[in-house]
Amino acid sequence: MSEALSAALPPVKRRNAELVMLLFAIGITLFALIEASLTRNGEMPPNLFLYGGLFGGLALLAHVFIRFFAPYADPLLLPLATLLNGLGIAMLWRLFEATGDTSRGSAMDQLILTAASLVVFAAIVYFLKEPRVLQRYPYITALTAVFLLLLPLIPGLGMTINGARQWINLGITSLQPSEFAKIALVIFLSGYMVTKRDVLSLVSKPLKIGRVKVLDLPRMRDTAPMAVMWGFCIIVLVILMNDLGTSLLLFGTFLAMIYVATQRSSWIILGLTAFFGACVMLYPLVPHFRTRVVTWLDAFNPEVFCTDEVIANNADAFCVQAGQNSQQLVQGLFAMGEGGILGAGLGGGKPGHVPEVQNDFIFSAFGEELGLTGLMVMLLALALLAQRGMRIALASRELFVKMFASGISFLIAFQSFVVIGGVTRVIPMTGATIPFVAKGGSALLSSWIMLALLVRMSNNARKPAPVAIQDEGATQVISR
Amino acid sequence: MNKPIRRLAVFSLALFGVLLLNTTWIQAFQADWLREHEFNRRDVAERTSLPRGPIVVGNEQIATSTYNEDGEYYQREYPEGELYAHPVGVFNPMGNFGIEQTHNSYLDGSDESLMVRNFLDMLTGTEPQGASVVLTLNPDAQRAALEGLKAYATNGRGAAVALDPKTGAVLAAASIPTYDPNSVADLSDVNTSVENWNKLADDKNQPLLNRAFNELYPPGSTFKIVTAATALENGHTIESTIDAPASIQIGGSQLPNAFSGPCNGGAPDSIAHSIEISCNTSMANWAIELGAEALHEQATAFGFNSGPMDIPVRVTESSAPLEPDDNLRAQMGIGQGQLQATPLQMAMVAAAVANDGTLMQPYLVQEILGPDMSEIESTTPKVLSEAISANTAEQLTQAMILVTEGDEGSGKTAAIPGIQVAGKTGTAEVGDGDTHNWFISFAPADDPQVAVAVVIERGNASGGTLAAPVAKAIMEAVINGE
Repeated sequence: MSEALSAALPPVKRRNAELVMLLFAIGITLFALIEASLTRNGEMPPNLFLYGGLFGGLALLAHVFIRFFAPYADPLLLPLATLLNGLGIAMLWRLFEATGDTSRGSAMDQLILTAASLVVFAAIVYFLKEPRVLQRYPYITALTAVFLLLLPLIPGLGMTINGARQWINLGITSLQPSEFAKIALVIFLSGYMVTKRDVLSLVSKPLKIGRVKVLDLPRMRDTAPMAVMWGFCIIVLVILMNDLGTSLLLFGTFLAMIYVATQRSSWIILGLTAFFGACVMLYPLVPHFRTRVVTWLDAFNPEVFCTDEVIANNADAFCVQAGQNSQQLVQGLFAMGEGGILGAGLGGGKPGHVPEVQNDFIFSAFGEELGLTGLMVMLLALALLAQRGMRIALASRELFVKMFASGISFLIAFQSFVVIGGVTRVIPMTGATIPFVAKGGSALLSSWIMLALLVRMSNNARKPAPVAIQDEGATQVISR
Repeated sequence: MNKPIRRLAVFSLALFGVLLLNTTWIQAFQADWLREHEFNRRDVAERTSLPRGPIVVGNEQIATSTYNEDGEYYQREYPEGELYAHPVGVFNPMGNFGIEQTHNSYLDGSDESLMVRNFLDMLTGTEPQGASVVLTLNPDAQRAALEGLKAYATNGRGAAVALDPKTGAVLAAASIPTYDPNSVADLSDVNTSVENWNKLADDKNQPLLNRAFNELYPPGSTFKIVTAATALENGHTIESTIDAPASIQIGGSQLPNAFSGPCNGGAPDSIAHSIEISCNTSMANWAIELGAEALHEQATAFGFNSGPMDIPVRVTESSAPLEPDDNLRAQMGIGQGQLQATPLQMAMVAAAVANDGTLMQPYLVQEILGPDMSEIESTTPKVLSEAISANTAEQLTQAMILVTEGDEGSGKTAAIPGIQVAGKTGTAEVGDGDTHNWFISFAPADDPQVAVAVVIERGNASGGTLAAPVAKAIMEAVINGE
């Protein structure tokens, strides 16, 4: 524990610093709206005061709320989330409201969802005084996670959008339960691994080649949780639901957390071997997985891109056979290339060239209009958010909270990597959402839930240690 | 537990590091490749999303941009149709050609010289506009050139160029067959535009080729002006004589006159008379006499052998190679053999003689005006070379006047009543029996306002009958217009 104490932060509140940064984030959002509107339509945004008042007001309310109920929370968290959320709204406004076509989404919807998410944010910060209570029911949480993940498979309720079966239809709105399942999974894994930590980290069976010890492997029976996790990610998510993004995200987070709990690299080696082994196995068997890999590696091949010429003359071409092509990916890259270093300015580009630009490829729209400079800001904001989360994990005293905070932070980082890496052709496109930026209620709400948890844990980690108000030997009265 | 958390923190930072590096690679280093990738159709839409500045001839806009409400793009239109197709070019889905290409950055407003203005426009909310490009062309001369070619080019192919000899400004540049740029620029029906374009590109008569600037012909007898200039620059006078029989022996074959018989009744003929009647044998003898170096140098001074020229549209290089072989040089002296010249090159020869021997750099763009009509750039006439002395020019002019006015003149069809015209005919053998018919001239001889070169491809007649009337019409258009 002495290690944890030394890493603890001094108990300062720094709420005024947060306020200044928050005003900055709100200001950037409003300027982004103004720029988009002036460039695109040559006039001030007609609803500027509505957006300014609603978005700015909500963010400031969140700040005031933190002042009262989590005064020691990390001052960077709320401004970073506000900046990302605000940029997302501004870009959606530019894509939909500014062009007059709101049939595929709108910034106003996103703003209303932001408001709803902030209510949930406040509720969690207010009611969840001690995050460790979440540790109490690990198996119920696990069941909840599995249930949420499987919901879309229920006929009549589940919906397939863009090839992936990860939505449920609630009549008035649709929901992406996997966004919440991943948080539930992190809660479960934190609790589970804190209890099983010793077994998972200490008991081992050396793997020897001849007389040389190569690796300390866990015992067979201790690998059960990993086997379950692996089976779930591969069989259910990849094969049944075509949800490669969630699969990658969950398994990656699982590996990160088991590493934090045990500090054993053999788990990672084992996990990666199993995962990539499965990928190699699935490659010839699962067509939609193969399509993703081919469109990634061979994106600029005319037969994969599907040029008009190929469609007209070559019925055997990959894209004709698979019914999939790399146009979205390549158009996204073209958009980023067009943006260059400084970008075309919000409203100055042609993001409409990228199909479905409002989803994952909103990143390429930012790249086109804000350029490399803007993307760096966005990436650094996401990186900073994840790093502050890790800092909370370091500063916390309870094992569960350490696991939980690092799990959530890694989730934010890895999720960003999976989406943005897919869009920029570092890894195959799998489909996930950029935290806080992406369009859609489920993604936004889950992002703000994660932020609420981080705010709460950071407040608890940084607030002054309880002091005895009277010293009467063994029985002390402690103020919290 | 802090150690693995720290490692995890470093790992997640590394993930962002990968993304940052990759984004930098794409947007900073790969960007140009991506922008120019063949799958990238953004520029087509990009190109038509802003109004293009007009191209102006005289006081008339001959290329304009009109907004199409339905398609939300700007359609390029050419109100004069085929008239200016060759020098101006076209802006269409296949690309930019001619002036539309060379001055694209001004027309679309992306040029650096327009940047401050565009930035101000952006601030004030005015829609940014391209600059206007004002050409040197003279609408009457251009029309006379195209109509003349159509009337006299018996098989539909030919070219005509007119220059202002004092400045080098291109007054007319016509080439037939031509095409209507509107038929290949229609964005409302891109497929038909592309189809029409491909049809033109595949046509064996090459309607897309600007013959005035980019086709090479043997110049025939019009080159005798260069041969004569070489003689005058090397100590001879217009009255100097040389043997001029009916035919001379070169190598294994005969080089006869176009008309049967000697040029001066068998006696040595003067340069002046040889030009007037277009004598082959005397000029071939001069070429042999003067030597390879002198002829090559004089041709170079007139603009041959000087590489392609951008005026600003590309003009193909005309060539008069160093010809040490006497027999081949005799051919060159009368405009045959290894000689190749564009119509513009031959107009430059006439222009240099007209301008007291000073050859001006030809140019097609007079000035570039900003959207508010303020001048951004304007062309100042520039001397290309001192081709011949003023004295030589004067003597050649007198000889060339005889071509249109002399009793035996070969180009009387170019004579304009009341105005002295200096000219030279040419009939160039292609080698398969056909002939190209040339005429180069300038007028008025004492104060030249226009220098012209006309070629009728495979007209199979004389330069006097086919090309001279076209040249006359162009010269009249320029002189009467002023």
